[in-house]
Amino acid sequence: MTSKINIFKKIWSVPFLVFSLFLATSTHISASEPNEEQILVPEADGVHAVDPHAKNADEEVDITAVAFEHILDSHSWHFWGEGHDAVSAPLPVILKGKNGIAFFMSSEFHHDNQGKVVVEKNGERFVNFEEKIYYASETPNEHGQYLNLTVVDKEVSVSNEAPLDFSITKNVTQLLLTAILLIWLFTSIAKAYQSHGVTSAPKGKQSFFEPLIVFVRDDIAKGNIGEKSEKFVPYLLTVFFLILVNNFLGLIPISANLTGNIAFTLVLSVFTLIIVNINGNKNYWSHIFLPHAPKAIWPILIPIEIVGILTKPFALMIRLFANITAGHIIVISLVGLIFVFKTIFISPVSVAFALFIDVLECLVAFLQAYIFTMLTALFIGSAVADHNEDGAHTTDDDKVIAGH
Amino acid sequence: MNLFILASLIEPSIGLIFWTSITFILLLVILGKFAWKPILNAIKTREKSIEDALASAENALKDMRELKANNEKSLNEARTAREALMKEAREMKESIIAEAKVKAQADAERILSSAREQINAEKNAAVAELKNQVASLSIEIAEKILRSELSSDEKQKALVNNLMKDVTLN
Repeated sequence: MTSKINIFKKIWSVPFLVFSLFLATSTHISASEPNEEQILVPEADGVHAVDPHAKNADEEVDITAVAFEHILDSHSWHFWGEGHDAVSAPLPVILKGKNGIAFFMSSEFHHDNQGKVVVEKNGERFVNFEEKIYYASETPNEHGQYLNLTVVDKEVSVSNEAPLDFSITKNVTQLLLTAILLIWLFTSIAKAYQSHGVTSAPKGKQSFFEPLIVFVRDDIAKGNIGEKSEKFVPYLLTVFFLILVNNFLGLIPISANLTGNIAFTLVLSVFTLIIVNINGNKNYWSHIFLPHAPKAIWPILIPIEIVGILTKPFALMIRLFANITAGHIIVISLVGLIFVFKTIFISPVSVAFALFIDVLECLVAFLQAYIFTMLTALFIGSAVADHNEDGAHTTDDDKVIAGH
Repeated sequence: MNLFILASLIEPSIGLIFWTSITFILLLVILGKFAWKPILNAIKTREKSIEDALASAENALKDMRELKANNEKSLNEARTAREALMKEAREMKESIIAEAKVKAQADAERILSSAREQINAEKNAAVAELKNQVASLSIEIAEKILRSELSSDEKQKALVNNLMKDVTLN
């Protein structure tokens, strides 16, 4: 009898957990109403920061702003709460200013991201506006912001200069933690191979990750690159697991959205661009500069081929960034429905759809890691492949085509 | 939504580019050296050992089959050899028997003929002796008869008459 009750409790604890998770996210959003950290709401008569003490029941929650707050990088790791009640971990701010490098913790901004708190270092004054660091103006504007803001047609623009920002932001922190996690994980797996011997069956972590490693090695690397795949496997594995782990971590509400950040995807695609072009063989370059076409259309073809070198990694960058960001926006939008309709009764719909999207996102997390790695391997494969002199496809290419 | 926030979404920040590049290169080097290399080597070694084991099992099976075939072959060979041997032995036996028979017959014949010759010789000798004895006996008898016959004149005359009669008869 007791065991039955336990099972009952276990079954019910799953949706309850999910629900409470969303409640946590929800309170986070709703709590943003009465405080001075309100996102800047542009109005027809100019920039208007909401006064925290003027309670306004009809005030709209800017879901878009909340969504972007979740998606964008920030200088502190925010957990919950708003304004002075916010619980967040301060992160180091590193700025390359005119007077050298300024280093301080983000807590010195006192949770401000509206340019109201000035931090002075090296004789330079900095403010945080929408998680971007600017040089502070001499005097505050009418809203207490040390910034030179102009609003044209509801669009805000900042005319203050900005220092080079090398801060350890939320995304950088997650990146470093993931790197440490991956190093720990895979070196311990490597040790397991050494201690248990090679011929014994894999155990624990080893047996979970070995099929993934073999999958990357055989299906992604060997399948797309062919015989020369071996030297690219470490790169592909690193890319695959870095994206995979961060895709999954990004699904957790308080974590950073690293793989949905264009800077991160940019760096990975630039690495792919470099690796593809460094390893490009004679055939690869002759395909670009001496295409198998009448010489008359070379002036058109060659520029297209040269642009093609860049569009491939560019597409990689956009694809990962857009897929992950889109998924996050959908989840936040679904939860945001509760605040748009201002009723708790919409929450079952929100939760059901958000749960569905979250499950879908788990698939997308794996799929996007796979696609990024697979396309990288495909580009490398096209750069190192041995084509025949007449430009005909080799049997390997035919196999790849037949395989799809 | 203002474009200001939107811009920060698609505008890569220099700091994150910097840290991502450094972290990624370090990650690539460290994982490449301490994780991927030993893991991939281990997997490869294991795959090779499995492949080898399968191949050697296959080989063993093949060897066994060959051995079995060889055994069968040598068994067959042995069987045919035995048969041939037996056949040969049988033939030899028969030929020996036949030869022996012929020889025995010849011997028997020879013995028989020599026996016959001996018997003949013995018989002839016996006949000759008998003849001699008969002759000497008849001479003795004839002597005795003659003596008795010729003891008187009449008897001599009668004999001569008798003999004369035979002569005329002849």
